Amino acid sequence: MDELKTAQPGTARAAAGADPSGHAVDFHQYLRRCLYVFLAVLCAIGLMIFASYLPHYGWAAKVALILAVACVNAFLVAGFLMHLLSEKKLIYTLLGFTAFFFAGLMGLTIYAMHDMPVGTVFH
Amino acid sequence: MDAIVEQFPPYREREAHAAHDGHAHHEPGFWRGCVFSTDHKVIGIQYGFTALCFLLFGFFLMLMMRWQIAHPGQPVPVLGPLLEKMLGPTQAPKGAISAELYNSFGAMHGTIMIFLGVVPLAFAAFGNYVVPLMIGAPDMAFPRVNMASYQAYVLGGIVMLVSFFIPGGAAQAGWTSYSPLATSIPTDGQVFWLIGMILLITSSLLGAVNFIATIIQLRAPGMTWLRLPFFVWAQFVTAFLLLLAFPPLEAAGIMQLMDRVAHTSFFLPTGLAAGGQLAHVSGGGSPLLWQHLFWFLGHPEVYVLILPAMGIVCEIIANNTRKPIWGYKSLVYSTLSIGFLSFIVWAHHMYLTGMGTKIATFFQATTLAISIPSVIILTCLLISLWGGSIRFNTPMLFCLAFLPMFGIGGLTGLPLGLAPADIYLHDTYYVIAHFHYVVAPGTIFALFAGIYYWLPKMTGRRMNEFWGRVHFWGSFIFMNVVFMPMFAQGMEGMLRRMADGGANYSAARVPGVPDTLPNDIMALHTWILWGAMCLGLAQIPFIINLFWSLKHGEETHSDNPWQATTLDWQTPTPPPHGNFAQVPRVYRGPYEYSVPGHDTDFTPQNEPEIAKPAAPRISTPAH
Amino acid sequence: MDIPYTVEARPDTGVYNAKVGIWLFLSSEVMLFGALFSAYVLIRVGTPAGEWPHGWQNLTLGTLNTVVLALSAITTLMAWVACKIRQFGKFQFFHGCTLLLGLTFLCIKMVEYHQHLNHYEIHLTDGRIADGDMLQNNPKQDYVVIKGRYAAYEEDLYDLRAQKNLKETEIKIPRSQIKDMQSYGPWHNDYLALYFTLTGLHALHILGGSIVIGYLWGPGRRLWKTDPERFTNRVEVSGLFWHFVDLVWIFLFPVLYLT
Repeated sequence: MDELKTAQPGTARAAAGADPSGHAVDFHQYLRRCLYVFLAVLCAIGLMIFASYLPHYGWAAKVALILAVACVNAFLVAGFLMHLLSEKKLIYTLLGFTAFFFAGLMGLTIYAMHDMPVGTVFH
Repeated sequence: MDAIVEQFPPYREREAHAAHDGHAHHEPGFWRGCVFSTDHKVIGIQYGFTALCFLLFGFFLMLMMRWQIAHPGQPVPVLGPLLEKMLGPTQAPKGAISAELYNSFGAMHGTIMIFLGVVPLAFAAFGNYVVPLMIGAPDMAFPRVNMASYQAYVLGGIVMLVSFFIPGGAAQAGWTSYSPLATSIPTDGQVFWLIGMILLITSSLLGAVNFIATIIQLRAPGMTWLRLPFFVWAQFVTAFLLLLAFPPLEAAGIMQLMDRVAHTSFFLPTGLAAGGQLAHVSGGGSPLLWQHLFWFLGHPEVYVLILPAMGIVCEIIANNTRKPIWGYKSLVYSTLSIGFLSFIVWAHHMYLTGMGTKIATFFQATTLAISIPSVIILTCLLISLWGGSIRFNTPMLFCLAFLPMFGIGGLTGLPLGLAPADIYLHDTYYVIAHFHYVVAPGTIFALFAGIYYWLPKMTGRRMNEFWGRVHFWGSFIFMNVVFMPMFAQGMEGMLRRMADGGANYSAARVPGVPDTLPNDIMALHTWILWGAMCLGLAQIPFIINLFWSLKHGEETHSDNPWQATTLDWQTPTPPPHGNFAQVPRVYRGPYEYSVPGHDTDFTPQNEPEIAKPAAPRISTPAH
Repeated sequence: MDIPYTVEARPDTGVYNAKVGIWLFLSSEVMLFGALFSAYVLIRVGTPAGEWPHGWQNLTLGTLNTVVLALSAITTLMAWVACKIRQFGKFQFFHGCTLLLGLTFLCIKMVEYHQHLNHYEIHLTDGRIADGDMLQNNPKQDYVVIKGRYAAYEEDLYDLRAQKNLKETEIKIPRSQIKDMQSYGPWHNDYLALYFTLTGLHALHILGGSIVIGYLWGPGRRLWKTDPERFTNRVEVSGLFWHFVDLVWIFLFPVLYLT
């Protein structure tokens, strides 16, 4: 949302009946940016598929590589398309908590499942 | 200060007037006004009434289980023939409770009490009715989402109730529904349970989103974060717990549903045998995964049960001691710490699953850490009593009883947080006694207090004080009669979830065998049964009092009968649609009681600063 | 009194109500899918070496779906921008595109599901395994016909990526030789269980999002005439949900199709 706001300084944000020609330029600017993001997303998808065909010696490294590309892809979508890069502090705080608890859920669960008592059938 | 206030655009006053004077305002009919209402107060009352019904139902399940435990295999008096008629002779042969039915009752008692009784009453009912009033908002942020939340809740409740009547009966794997047990028991009750849970979780999520958005966005001008009544803080943190802890259980529920319906093996390990035969499943799943996902909700849920109760107790104590609550900021920060820590303690429910020492140490440390903010809250509430001229009315009596009862519940939990003690006490009656002390004489007492306290706002009439006291003393005494003996039983090694109450392991049944349950411990079953019966009788005055007071209770003749400071008491009684005639402005903190130099012993939050140079509000030290 | 900040942003938080609401909802969705991804990790790590399937998906259809969703993310954003600059015609065009792309995604997903459910692993009485797409499975005939191949061991069926140039022929199997027969549904193994659960839940989200978008595109457009700013907010909020669904797919695609 803030991209648009900065792109049209001086006009009240989306006041009805505002000068349409003044917006047309901004719209095309915005459209171009979206196109770049879309192209970048397509590249990331291509890269992931390409990476999955690389010769490999075990899946761990390859999965990490592909997921890294996926993270870049997710960053593009979240950052630009969801406007997360220019969001309010409130939203960041909220997502920060969520990220922390998600990390706790996944990290602690996986750690707990692999920290089995020594000398049992699990270990 | 004023500059800050002015930044806020004024509400649309035109509609406020229209809503207020009744002529221009179109009164909704029965369906819009009472059933499909979007007004937060109506929804709050709907939630409250439904939840109280479920609490009573859950209580009756418990009474029948207590009968079965004390007199295994004997027909249930009075209700027995009804049981046989409704559930069929396989479930209740000759009016006695079969082991399967006992398991159903156990699972459903837990589910109903927690997800259909206490949480909807504490969080949804009180939160819906009181929070918008307290923060000076006209309604919840998303009224229609609010209505959907209640409808999903009712639907979930209906699904749970219907499951009693299907062939095979309701879910039997405990309220925790551990796989593979839950997947292997041959009753579709588990499917109903899962669908019901998914509906209830959806309802909670919608509610939680609404509460958080409301508290963040709709606070009245001047209502800064540290001027929020503690009850609002408690509800805020509770909403976050529901929002972020419930989805993993929803995911787990979906996976268990897939296990049952689509025959996947998310929670079913390779080589699983059921009924002496290799189960026909692909295997490879992890039973522990269910427990992790379940307790990731399960433990925050404990704080969902207790935090709103603490909020109610705090409001009532401040009001009836007529002095500011001691350590408001400590209360707030403790609540936030509880909310934060409650997400990383869950595996202390799983010490017995074969957990490594490193991860067990982590969870023991966080478990003990979370007891610190809980104790701070209790201490603040206790110290608030010091030096107050306390009004001992019914809500206050319940709150005063809450403090030691929650104290017992909390402190007996500490041994359970430590793996060495827990491995002995796990799954015994000690655990039952511990968490019931937290929830039953703890949370439910606070909820009773809340009903006695806020009913005058909802109806303009007080409940009868004498019968309120009868209700209080009856509940207080018999709660302890019921739950105190369970500590002894648990420490003697009596396991929970046994349909015969441990008779097969009793000294009377197998004489001469070491470590059997001695006679005096078994005899406590009868003691508890009579305690539970009397506890039930003690609720009759409450039920009659509640309904009688709606029409015939003593009129309050005031919008603020308790002379409280918070905004919920500064509205007309009962609050009209839209709550406030004008936007309230908040000038002070929530608990300004007995301010020196002030005419009255309470200063409402929306009372402007007095123009004349008043006496310094903070009393001078050194005397 | 009316509910404040339904349209304009609250000064101290800087956002309007629905935006707080949708982000809160998305947080809970993060936890929902987070738990499912945790389940994925645990089950995958717990699978014995060499038994995790590779190459069981139709990569062409998967990639196509990924691109479809990525494109719909752009069009939904364009629809919002069109509302911002008050050009309702553009909004209708772009939102219609989003809706069509969403439905396209669902159709492709259904084709994929059909392919899995129509693929059978048949254990024969002589110990061999026949594996392939079912062509004829008429209960009245005493044979079934699949288009596939024979395998000696179960292990040969796991990693299809490692086996280049698999020859698939039509195989006719008399029913008397079939020991047991199972389609590649969620019951077949943990990978397919995860695949169907994760993509199924994701498809439900797409369906829900399509309904919301369809509502805004159809009957919900009435609001445009009375309160365009509020309508724009609704488009933005529905767009945020749509982007989140896209975001989930961005992770589902590599973990289910590529690795």
